[in-house]
Amino acid sequence: MDFLLQPWPWFIVGPLIALSLFLYFYFGQNFGASTNFETLCTMAGAGKVSDYFKKDWKQRDFALLFVVGLIIGGFISAYFLVPNPTIDLNPITVQKLTDLGFANVGESYFPAEIFSDDVVFSLKGFLILILSGVLIGFGTRYAGGCTSGHAITGLSSLQLPSLLAVIGFFIGGIVATWFIIPILF
Amino acid sequence: MKNIKFLLLGIFFAIVLSKSQAISWYRFYEMFTFQSFHMFGIIGGAVVISAIIMQLFKSGKIKDINGNKIVPKPKKKGVISTVFGGTLFGLGWGISGACAAPVFVILGFKFLPALLILVGALIGAFIYGLIAKKLPN
Repeated sequence: MDFLLQPWPWFIVGPLIALSLFLYFYFGQNFGASTNFETLCTMAGAGKVSDYFKKDWKQRDFALLFVVGLIIGGFISAYFLVPNPTIDLNPITVQKLTDLGFANVGESYFPAEIFSDDVVFSLKGFLILILSGVLIGFGTRYAGGCTSGHAITGLSSLQLPSLLAVIGFFIGGIVATWFIIPILF
Repeated sequence: MKNIKFLLLGIFFAIVLSKSQAISWYRFYEMFTFQSFHMFGIIGGAVVISAIIMQLFKSGKIKDINGNKIVPKPKKKGVISTVFGGTLFGLGWGISGACAAPVFVILGFKFLPALLILVGALIGAFIYGLIAKKLPN
């Protein structure tokens, strides 16, 4: 029980993610997460506007159930499995973020400066969340995958497009954390 | 309900991501500033073990639940689409600390902010679908 409540180290979690990928393929499907954004668009009726979304979403019912599982698992984790959400950050990271004006750095999973309900109802906070979502949705579909589909499935099956995509992920991520975050905060 | 196993797998995957802090904004900030090994260990470890699993799939030693050979779908090719699309995703990931699977998990932790990211992601995927044919690969 104690183990269940402690943070899990990387050398346990890496294999558990590989196990998830294994089971997903063993169950007969291709592991990935971002195609669901398209499927949800299709379900919302996007097929009426663009032929791109004219697909039979029922063929992806397995993926939608996986998504429902992710949501349920998120609630179970949040309410029962993460009693102590402090994060053991590098002191340099804590200093850097504190200098940028972030408070209580590492005392929870998500900084209040981006993830509190107050921020959601401010124009700046609203735009930050919505626009990063747009970049995530557009970027993953243009690139053909996300961390699961490209970085884990694609790299491990030695696919060149996935290597290019992961290089792109890091270019974007580095620009965001080194240059955009300091401008925003 | 033969697909209920995917629901259970989703719950399991969400717990794994949550317990490893791989849904935390701070963890991704640290990853992109190279201040911590944690995320590199998680992703690198997952890739190395998955590569071994992929070899077992490829050689046909492990077949799927229906006895079929497991072949990962080939990713679409195209240098511009993967690098530029990847960069756009990286920007969103770096700012919000969310990628495609975690955004659903974060709903359980921070409902409204995660919902906004998700709505944004659907808008982004919708825009992509509208202009997909006009974009360079």
